[in-house]
Amino acid sequence: MLILHCPYCGVDADETELSPGGEAHLTRHGPGSDDTDFESYLFMRENPKGPQFERWRHAMGCGKWFHAARHTVTMQVFGTYPAQTQRPPQEILDRISAAQPGWRWRDLGDEGQRA
Amino acid sequence: MSDLQSALQGARFDGYVSVFEAQPAGMIQLRADLAEDAVAHAVHRATGATIPQPLGLSTGDRGEALWMAPDELLLRVLTDAIPELLADVQDDLRDHHHLALDVSAMRTEIRVEGAAVREVLAKVTPVDMETLKPGTVRRTRLAQVAAAIWLSNDETAHVLCFRSVATYVFDVLSVSARKGGEVGAF
Repeated sequence: MLILHCPYCGVDADETELSPGGEAHLTRHGPGSDDTDFESYLFMRENPKGPQFERWRHAMGCGKWFHAARHTVTMQVFGTYPAQTQRPPQEILDRISAAQPGWRWRDLGDEGQRA
Repeated sequence: MSDLQSALQGARFDGYVSVFEAQPAGMIQLRADLAEDAVAHAVHRATGATIPQPLGLSTGDRGEALWMAPDELLLRVLTDAIPELLADVQDDLRDHHHLALDVSAMRTEIRVEGAAVREVLAKVTPVDMETLKPGTVRRTRLAQVAAAIWLSNDETAHVLCFRSVATYVFDVLSVSARKGGEVGAF
């Protein structure tokens, strides 16, 4: 059972109050984009055994979308943050690095290096 | 406007706590930037209440304001006062980005009264009823549907659910309140 802190209303919401929204930090490629970009936007998803960044909606509560970082195996929650951002906050990245040195997720990873 | 009919026609169930439909209230949904002075003024003029804290509830001489989301309040007032108050709110906020609507028919309030209200609700919602303080409004899940729950004191709980699921919520609470179902957890 996951309990995520909603950064908008400040409630520690039980998983059953939330609805999952898939992977976070996707870049949309719409009409006019090239086929490879569009394909990757539409279909390509991370499926890590490790830290994952996800979107969640506090559906039964305040109704707002937020982002969460959690470990897919240990279910450790590294933190939640508002959705109006392109990149997770540094403190959450630091927390993941502390728990899992050398982690990678798309272009994010330990020590902020690009893969 | 046609007469407002309550969803449950005043239904009541007495188990080890009482579950009954509350008198229909007039409700105004207000979405706006809650930090603006004009919004505080409009809310005060309509209900006599101040802007509630997050997850809070504030009461005035004409009604109460419930915090629903960072940009949303629910004003509960007398049904008869709705057209006038709604016009006032819209007038006060005419120069501000906002939405004010009469949603009196959208939701139903069910009241739960008795010493064991926390236990009866704890059976059907993930909210930690032990630490829920009177005056905190929690929008949450109640069995399979969304509902808002708040306590006005340790023996009175208010449950606000959508009208379309009012019968379901009433039945769920009635089953939870049935005599013989006491847990004694609190």
